Amino acid sequence: MIIEIGHFALILAFAVALAQSLVPLVGAHKGWSDWMAVARPMASAQFFLIAVSFMALTWAFVTSDFSVRLVVSNSHTAKPLIYKISGVWGNHEGSMLLWVLILTLFGACAAWFGANLPATLQARVLAVQSSITAAFMAFTIFTSNPFERMAFPPFDGRDLNPLLQDPALALHPPFLYLGYVGLSMAFSFAVAALIEGRVDAAWGRWVRPWTLAAWVFLTIGIALGSWWAYYELGWGGFWFWDPVENASLMPWLFAAALLHSAIVVEKREALKSWTILLAILAFGFSLIGTFIVRSGLLTSVHAFAMDPERGVFILFILAFFMGGALTLFAARANVMEAKGVFSTVSRESALVINNVLLAVSSFVVFVGTMWPLIAEMLFDRVLSVGPPFFNTAFTPFMVALAMVLPIGAMLPWKRGNLGRAVRPLVGLAAFAVAMGALVWAMQTGGSVLVPVGVALGLWVVLGAGADLWSRTGRGAVAGRLGRLGRLPRADWGKAVAHSGMGVAVFAVAALVGWETEDIRVVHDGESWRHGAYELTLQDVQRVQGPNFTSTMAFVDFVRDDGVTGQVRPEKRIYPAAGMPTTQVGLRYGLTHDLYVVMGDPQDGGGWAIRTHIKPFANWLWFGCALMALGGLLSLSDRRYRVAAGAAKAGGKGPRDAVPAE
Amino acid sequence: MSGLRAIAWALAVCVPLLLGAGLIGGVALAGPQPDEVLDDPALEARARALSADLRCLVCRNESIDESNADLARDMRLLVRERLLEGDSDAQVLAFVVDRYGEFVLLRPTTEGANMILWISAPAMLLLALISAGVYLRRREAAPDIGPDELSKEERARLDSLLRDEG
Repeated sequence: MIIEIGHFALILAFAVALAQSLVPLVGAHKGWSDWMAVARPMASAQFFLIAVSFMALTWAFVTSDFSVRLVVSNSHTAKPLIYKISGVWGNHEGSMLLWVLILTLFGACAAWFGANLPATLQARVLAVQSSITAAFMAFTIFTSNPFERMAFPPFDGRDLNPLLQDPALALHPPFLYLGYVGLSMAFSFAVAALIEGRVDAAWGRWVRPWTLAAWVFLTIGIALGSWWAYYELGWGGFWFWDPVENASLMPWLFAAALLHSAIVVEKREALKSWTILLAILAFGFSLIGTFIVRSGLLTSVHAFAMDPERGVFILFILAFFMGGALTLFAARANVMEAKGVFSTVSRESALVINNVLLAVSSFVVFVGTMWPLIAEMLFDRVLSVGPPFFNTAFTPFMVALAMVLPIGAMLPWKRGNLGRAVRPLVGLAAFAVAMGALVWAMQTGGSVLVPVGVALGLWVVLGAGADLWSRTGRGAVAGRLGRLGRLPRADWGKAVAHSGMGVAVFAVAALVGWETEDIRVVHDGESWRHGAYELTLQDVQRVQGPNFTSTMAFVDFVRDDGVTGQVRPEKRIYPAAGMPTTQVGLRYGLTHDLYVVMGDPQDGGGWAIRTHIKPFANWLWFGCALMALGGLLSLSDRRYRVAAGAAKAGGKGPRDAVPAE
Repeated sequence: MSGLRAIAWALAVCVPLLLGAGLIGGVALAGPQPDEVLDDPALEARARALSADLRCLVCRNESIDESNADLARDMRLLVRERLLEGDSDAQVLAFVVDRYGEFVLLRPTTEGANMILWISAPAMLLLALISAGVYLRRREAAPDIGPDELSKEERARLDSLLRDEG
């Protein structure tokens, strides 16, 4: 019964969504305020209906209701509770329901917190958002019904893919979807503004928090996925340039560009049509990502099962929204005239460079990801585009970005003086280069990767500090330190996010450039040496887990500085899913991780064991966390809270006061 | 903004067209086994570098260096065999491509249409920089018309708000 209620709520929400995508639009066009006002309760209703639907599906997973097909194919009674819950979105149908839930959540937020928006704009935003929601609800109901029942329920389920039974991966999809779907708000605002024919500073201010939130969620989601790949997939990489990873990187890059260009719209009323186009493209690439993941078009480690019918449906959604929005853009873009005038040396120009680098790098990823397909269709060549291409083609953009970032961040608005902006940075640049040179002189091997990474990372982090310091004005150091704490949160957010980028650049270079590896056959009781570690294979045992059996190696280690400990790499077999996985024996550390992987038993006895030292791996996740934290700090800045506060006051104040007049 | 509009039109037409067809895949994990490792560390390093550039044919987007599929192992052994025979890196790659086709190369060649792929990054950057430059020049030259005038409705709303405050 609960399942049917969930299914029914989903269908009912679909009906509401259809109505909401038309009625407010007509209302806004004709100027009928009651037709516009209906959008807000409808948006709330959609959210509550989908929430009921989602809870019903969660209930089915938690109680292991094996009359539901989805529960049978993705759950098992012996599975720990947390993975029963994460199993809800660990599959195609359930994840679509989560996707729709988040779409309606964002729509409802625009209804709840958007009271200070002009009525027509809010009505149009909610209508556009609802049309996206309706499209995905139709997709869920007609091609991917999560509530399908089984005629003959089995005694137990087939279990969730063991690779997905992991804390980081339980959280990875919700964050990623919050990011992908958050960009739909920027899209809705862009399309609404195009219909409205008006983009001004206020529009920039409304769009920015949504974009910022989406970007923060995407950052966290991608970092979680990358961390998971690092410790779970067993070869210690953190980024594989897999189509599915690229699918999340492209919207992330566009979102980063968008949240920077929206600043220019907000502060200077320039770059308007470009910002609109970016908002459309950012969500467009989210949709392309969805298409790549769910159509199985491009093969990948972690794509959902492929299905041409679903692929075609998403292709239609993509074609409709992208084609529609871009056509609308082409027809209306000239309405939005830029206002702000600025010189070539200015913050505006620096942000244009930022946008050029981020957008073009994203297109490079897109071309690389799609090239095998294009080459096959047009040139009849079956070929691959892998990490070597992306590393070569993408990295220069990030290097250039890191090089110009500190200078651009300190240039004044409107008209700057390059000499004056650069002056406080010259010393820092010299220091960063000197440190890079020092590292180059000290390391063996002569690769320039890490020295460059050290110099760039230091340059960006120190530049962010200098930027923050310059905001405290002039005068005594004590006074400036005091002012540091009173700076707007947005200033702190900017500095923290930028230094996060610097830390990540350094970490990637160090991890790739300094990693060491050892492969060997090890017998019980045997010792071996790798780097500063003396390792001993103490024992190999069979261990029984809740829904798996494990072959676990107990490896003791002694580091040269006297630190001792034990890592336990495992090979697991999940009988219900019939799938083996590896668990890495990992010892996290500040300057490096010890990373031990257990391979197969060898014919002559003993085990294949790989030992890696992963330098500064933790710094990569720390850098990503800093970026996300910076975004959150900016999001909590006073001017957004003031806007929200004004919305509340506005609801009670003038609006109610008008009829009293 | 005619440049942006042209891009928008082109994308509106092209993006949906670019997406449509299918491929296949399997699942695998891990990498080179202890018995494969060559005694000569320089040769082994070259073998690893080459392996990272070669695709495991039966896996999903994995190099033979990352895969534990049997075929990947065979290919790793083949690469090492050729290296021991004294082949150069280019000769090894040519040998493998000859056997398995262009599909194995994770770093696409620069031959024929692939030039488009390799040139796309610098070309797009150049195009974007030129467009940005033109835009910036125009912004610099544009007359400063100051902040936007309020529309009639906004003026009326502002007036009523001010009245309420007063």
